[in-house]
Amino acid sequence: MTNLTVVELSRLQFALTALYHFLFVPLTLGLSVILAAMETVYVITGKPIYKDMTQFWGKLFGINFALGVATGLTMEFEFGTNWSMYSHFVGDVFGTPLAIEGLMAFFLESTFVGLMIFGWDRLSRPAHLAVTYLVALGSNLSALWILIANGFMQYPVGASFDPDTMRMQFTSLYDLIFSEDAQAKFVHTSIAGFVCAAMFVMGISAYYLLGKRHRAFAARSFRVAALFGLISTLAVITLGDALGRSDYLLQQTKIAAIEGLWHTTRPPYEPWKLVALPDDATQSDVFSIGLPYVLTPLVTHSFTEPIPGIIELEQEARPKIVNGIQAVLALQDYARTRSPEALAAFRKNEDDMGYGLLAERYAPGQDLAAITRADLPGVVNHTARATIPNVFVEFWSFRIMMALGFAFLAVFAFAAYFSLRNRLERHPWILWLAMLSIPLPVLASEFGWIVAENGRQPWTVFGWLPTFQSASTHSVGYLLFSLIGFALIYTCFIAAELYLMFRYARIGPATGAPAETPHAAGPMAAGTSGYAGKPWQ
Amino acid sequence: MELYVALKVIWAFLLGVLLTGLAVMVGMDMGVGIMLRFVGRSDLERRAALNAIGPHWDGNQVWFVLGGGAIFAAFPTLYATSFSTFYVVMILLLFSMILRPLAFEYRSKLDAGRWRATWDWAFLVSGAVPMFVFGAAFGNVLQGVGFHFTWDGQYFQDESFIWYVLNPFAILCGLMSVALSLYQGGTMLVMRTEQPIAARARRIAVAGGLIAALLFAIGGIWVSLMKGFVFTAPVDPAMAATPLNGPSVARQAGAWLGNFHAHPALWAIPAAGFLGMIAGPLALRAGFAVLGWWLGALASVGTIFTVGVAMFPFLMPSTTAPAQSLTVWNASGSAYNLTWMLVFALIFTPAIIAYTGWAFRVMRGRVKTDSIAHDEHSY
Ligand code: HDD
Ligand code: HEM
Ligand code: HEM
Repeated sequence: MTNLTVVELSRLQFALTALYHFLFVPLTLGLSVILAAMETVYVITGKPIYKDMTQFWGKLFGINFALGVATGLTMEFEFGTNWSMYSHFVGDVFGTPLAIEGLMAFFLESTFVGLMIFGWDRLSRPAHLAVTYLVALGSNLSALWILIANGFMQYPVGASFDPDTMRMQFTSLYDLIFSEDAQAKFVHTSIAGFVCAAMFVMGISAYYLLGKRHRAFAARSFRVAALFGLISTLAVITLGDALGRSDYLLQQTKIAAIEGLWHTTRPPYEPWKLVALPDDATQSDVFSIGLPYVLTPLVTHSFTEPIPGIIELEQEARPKIVNGIQAVLALQDYARTRSPEALAAFRKNEDDMGYGLLAERYAPGQDLAAITRADLPGVVNHTARATIPNVFVEFWSFRIMMALGFAFLAVFAFAAYFSLRNRLERHPWILWLAMLSIPLPVLASEFGWIVAENGRQPWTVFGWLPTFQSASTHSVGYLLFSLIGFALIYTCFIAAELYLMFRYARIGPATGAPAETPHAAGPMAAGTSGYAGKPWQ
Repeated sequence: MELYVALKVIWAFLLGVLLTGLAVMVGMDMGVGIMLRFVGRSDLERRAALNAIGPHWDGNQVWFVLGGGAIFAAFPTLYATSFSTFYVVMILLLFSMILRPLAFEYRSKLDAGRWRATWDWAFLVSGAVPMFVFGAAFGNVLQGVGFHFTWDGQYFQDESFIWYVLNPFAILCGLMSVALSLYQGGTMLVMRTEQPIAARARRIAVAGGLIAALLFAIGGIWVSLMKGFVFTAPVDPAMAATPLNGPSVARQAGAWLGNFHAHPALWAIPAAGFLGMIAGPLALRAGFAVLGWWLGALASVGTIFTVGVAMFPFLMPSTTAPAQSLTVWNASGSAYNLTWMLVFALIFTPAIIAYTGWAFRVMRGRVKTDSIAHDEHSY
């Protein structure tokens, strides 16, 4: 019998450690690309200021990168330590992108990041540039493979359930990689990382401009970042729209929750809810304000297609639950007897097996065989309700992400405009805005993940494996131990990272006139390599 | 031999290769971390030691990450079951391991004694604990672990985790793993640092190698006497990968020597490991550091493949439900998955070896202690 407290604690731990990992990942993804761009300009023009830019932002990259690596280690092992049933159930498919990520991406990125930091005096300019490109390539490839893995959980393709091994088995690498969901997620997420990095570079540059330090350096970094950010934000919004449409096609419960649709929509009038207070308990809105005619074209890209509502989706789930219970009972029988009759009975309802597993949670003693005719309607009711994710969380997380997205568009547009016309210093408000916006794209990304993962509930593998069945059979004590430990260690980590980040950002780059930068003789002062042997140049 | 069986065997072999890569490359860096406070008496000396592995630690660490990923994909049930049964020790390993990236990147970024001293201790903990746990895990699986599965493939743990850290044989294996990592790390410092750091590192490495040899010998005798696991009914290696409904298994003293008795040529493997542990320190003393490094690698190959050969085809035997023991035959991925993984491994492994070699070549030469102080890029 599954201990539900352990499941909830495992979810909490996974959510916290993943959200924490993703505080650092976007900056790695985006900054590596910006570094490559800056260094390209350096190699082409030979202007030393671009080398200074690459080195300075590279230093901040390193401070952030260390935490991405540290917290990523936790993620790699957490599926095994906390989600044993999940790992057993889909490891044959899901483990593969993770392993390929190691082979193809992490080795590349991690090997060359050392050379990127240490290799300045040892590599020719083009060779160092190539190294920086490989780091950017590696980090974005790692995002590709991990999102292919995550895409499989959202929309399981390329695998089928095998009753002999009691798990999903891999059937098509092509379907897995080119899953519509995974590809849409990959581009949206990678480019969200570019937005984070652009805001980071632009905000810190704004800080120097406000303090009238490192002016040439900062103005140039600001401009690169503002343009890069503007383009990236436009892309993120467009690709986000595509992602929403893929949810509409592939995960109807998620899109219904995102838009707070209790009932199937009536196109084309149906309003898009701008603000609302959805109440999950009564399945209605306490209040809502909407824009008529917007929802249908926004989500379906048409004026006529209805979007299924939550209450209707629950009704649709009911027959699947009844069939699913039959499927799981037959499977249980097959596991014991290996009889062809049991297998045939299972095959009849196998597509609904996941709903049967979900129903176990509400069966007496979590045993489907113990359900009596009198219990059945209650079990089906509870299970049908459980197929819907938390609407309040979904609705608001999505709106916060989206509102932030449009806000970034405005910030980058003004910033780019004033920067191109060299009017920045006459409009300090845009500099302040840029500086204060530094953490916001990361915040938007975190809300994006809450939309993605909360919206997938109650499943870890959509439609196949419920979250509550996925966890390892630990005791509560084990989880308290690990949760408290992670909380303590991660808190110290973030304190150390923020301290160093602020300190090195404040010190600034080693460029510009010495009068302007009194601290510049510090850690960024140029020096010789710590290595003997033949230095380049 | 049927294709599926061949794939299972190949992946068991590759698992050994990965674990060896981990032991050599990660072990080397962790060894340096453990001995940091002892080989470097001043801050500059410590920085020299760190910078000897500075450009490579992250790349090396991927052996560890890939180890996780490859077990997940190639032996999903092993990944699910072992990491969960060893939960508390795995979490301790993670707690200590995640200190390392920060220790490298942050230690020298502030010029404060307390700050740096704290990270120096972090290096010790984040080297010693993971290497100990790594070795102890071998010790535990050799003795068998208490777990069983229910009909749907969910595992249940049947014993207390305290046993995994307090059992003498696992402690012996853990210590041996730490000793080997000290050897490998020390050898690296002999090659890449100046005196007096190199001399101190050499002393630690020589001691590490010889202690490892001693523990390996004791461990070998212990294993030959302990209760191993054998199938008592014919097993079909091409079986569907599930630990349920397997043939029966018995525990027998000396069973872990069965494969060696059946194929005496296999004795070459422990012999090679032993040779590495004895000849390595001798080579170091004679001034052949590069040879010493490769002999250390040989020692790791010998140790890990000795365990693998002794247990084959068992991966993680169960003491409480022996018939549900995890083996190469019943814990692996599907044929389709193993095939594709093999394709990716064949394409990317040569590339990885090539660029890792290039990176080491670019950064070759001894770290100059006196120039570190002025170098903005160094750790
Ligand atoms: C800078 C960050 C950022 C910004 C401004 C946006 N997003 Fe986003 N969004 C992400 C960062 C992000 C993310 C972190 O990358 C997520 C989490 C999971 C994923 O695939 O991408 C995400 C997820 C995500 C999802 C859920 C995907 C799923 O079902 O798995 C949708 C539907 C959108 N986004 C749509 C949008 C729209 C319409 C936006 C514009 C107005 C938008 N996002 C702005
Ligand atoms: C790094 C970015 C990610 C973040 C911030 C994130 C966030 C979350 C959150 C908030 C939850 C909890 C959902 C809930 O309980 O309502 C969750 C659950 C989970 N996510 Fe993610 N996720 C990320 C990436 C991934 C990826 C890439 C995978 C798979 C490769 C994944 C697998 C899981 C699993 C197994 C759970 C546990 C089951 C559950 O409660 O849903 N996550 N994640
Ligand atoms: C959208 C989700 C994610 C993205 C885009 C992402 C990307 C990244 C990036 C860019 C790094 C930094 C660098 C590196 O060392 O190579 C990193 C580190 C890492 N991530 Fe994530 N990650 C995500 C979620 C996850 C999850 C769910 C896992 C667990 C399976 C994971 C596992 C790791 C590991 C193990 C590392 C350290 C690698 C190393 O030592 O080099 N990541 N990740």
